Amino acid sequence: MVNTNINMVPTTFDITAIREQFPILKTTIHGKPIVYLDNAASTQKPLRVMEATTKYYSEQYANIHRGVHTLSQIGTELYENTRLHAQQFLHARSEKEIIFTKGTTHGINLIAYSYAYQYLKSGDEIILSEMEHHSNIVPWQILQARHGFDIKVIPLQDNGTIEIEDFASLLTEKTKLVSISYISNALGTVNPIREIIQLAHENGTHVLVDAAQAVHHIPIDVQALDVDFLVCSGHKMYGPTGTGILYGKESLLEALPPFEGGGDMIKQVSFKKTTFNDLPFKFEAGTPNIAGIVALDEAFKFLDAVGFEQLVQHDQEILSYATEKLLSIDGMRIIGTAPEKVGVVSFLLGNLHPYDVGVILDNLGIAIRTGHHCTQPIMDRFGIPGTCRASFGIYTTKEEIDSLYNGLLRAKKMLS
Amino acid sequence: METIDKIQQDIIEDFSMYEDWADKYEYIIEMGKTLAPLEEKYKTEDYRIHGCQSQVWLHADFDGKNIHFHADSDAFITKGLIALLVKVLSGHAPKAIIDIDLYFLSEIGLKEHLSPTRANGLASMVKQMKTYALAYQTKQVS
Repeated sequence: MVNTNINMVPTTFDITAIREQFPILKTTIHGKPIVYLDNAASTQKPLRVMEATTKYYSEQYANIHRGVHTLSQIGTELYENTRLHAQQFLHARSEKEIIFTKGTTHGINLIAYSYAYQYLKSGDEIILSEMEHHSNIVPWQILQARHGFDIKVIPLQDNGTIEIEDFASLLTEKTKLVSISYISNALGTVNPIREIIQLAHENGTHVLVDAAQAVHHIPIDVQALDVDFLVCSGHKMYGPTGTGILYGKESLLEALPPFEGGGDMIKQVSFKKTTFNDLPFKFEAGTPNIAGIVALDEAFKFLDAVGFEQLVQHDQEILSYATEKLLSIDGMRIIGTAPEKVGVVSFLLGNLHPYDVGVILDNLGIAIRTGHHCTQPIMDRFGIPGTCRASFGIYTTKEEIDSLYNGLLRAKKMLS
Repeated sequence: METIDKIQQDIIEDFSMYEDWADKYEYIIEMGKTLAPLEEKYKTEDYRIHGCQSQVWLHADFDGKNIHFHADSDAFITKGLIALLVKVLSGHAPKAIIDIDLYFLSEIGLKEHLSPTRANGLASMVKQMKTYALAYQTKQVS
């Protein structure tokens, strides 16, 4: 799926037209045209997402659900439309399986707390991988202290991959859940999620997939994957911040207790007994980020219009071009050289500190991320303080990669 | 010993020659290279200043009258920034360091770097140096 022939990019892929939709790409940083290569942290927003937000607040705003007045009904309809779109986007069976969250971290915490409450006790085991983002480590550690289960970790190989055999060897009759990223935010590695889910299910183990880095790089079909829970963020797929999706199989979500209590998630409240609302509302307590969710629909429409075939091909083309170009710099070391990667290149340039490189590039208008990328265990594994990370989006051009290349040469010269 | 004010003025004058950002950064990087080496025993967690993406270590000696700062960093630019602060503040009395307004930072275009949310930790460095000064002043009085 990701090993595409770079010559196959259809001529209909008009990057100029795509870039036109992102006003921020016309801005300058320190007087230079912006080169935005921090898409793994967050993607920029197309005009239609911003327009939908403005329109919602200017013409359609009211609180949603249960309102009898027109504005409330319009808002509810828009909000629930996004849910239907999310269902189609992830290929879920039913809209009841789509829970709106604040983002991936919120989604992981929701499942972690509800799942641990229901299923995890002392002596049980869960499996994570060494490449997880802190948000897929720390919630489990907090709950471990409360529920007493054990955490097993799939080790990382030198090229930034995990071995399916290593995973298989960790599965025991005590393993209740595997929580793992689809794609590594720090390394770009695409994990063998299908095989992991299959092996886990043969063992009677549930699987939660952190798809934060996957949603804007590859198409996702939760039914084909047969994944139990999957979480992602709107802001990494050209949508608004503070929006996210949690997918869960209906039967599993039915069995889990609510994470947060409050308005909207109840059926009946009395001091004697409170009953909870049906899915998906059971997991959506309080007034949600309505404007964000309404505008998220426009992000789906944007992605639909581009199409994943083109998106994947563009991503792979930029990735190969960038990898080759960066490796031509003397002293370049790429961290994460998995055979299956998406548009993320983590690197170190000689002995230069990533911070220094990041500051010089910033002054040239080039935005990359430096540091540990919320994956300190990966940095420890490779014995490095952090990396420079360039990550690509649908609007990234080869000319921008050339700017990065020239910027790195400049940084190297200034810092040596 | 020159006054803190005079040192700040000198740095402002040095920077005024540079129009280009790159020249300013090269000056900062060069400043870092002039920093006296910090003894290895001070490159530990106890002497580390937090709030920087790179590692910065700061140690302060007090000769009964003045404070002498010694610092290092594993990143060139950060090392240059702490070197600037050492140049300005080292060799002065605790009270002078506590009271000082580091106006040169905004004059040379580093004001935005002083925000506590900046990853370079310049604000943390200044705070740590003033904390040392406060501690030695207290010691002096008691």
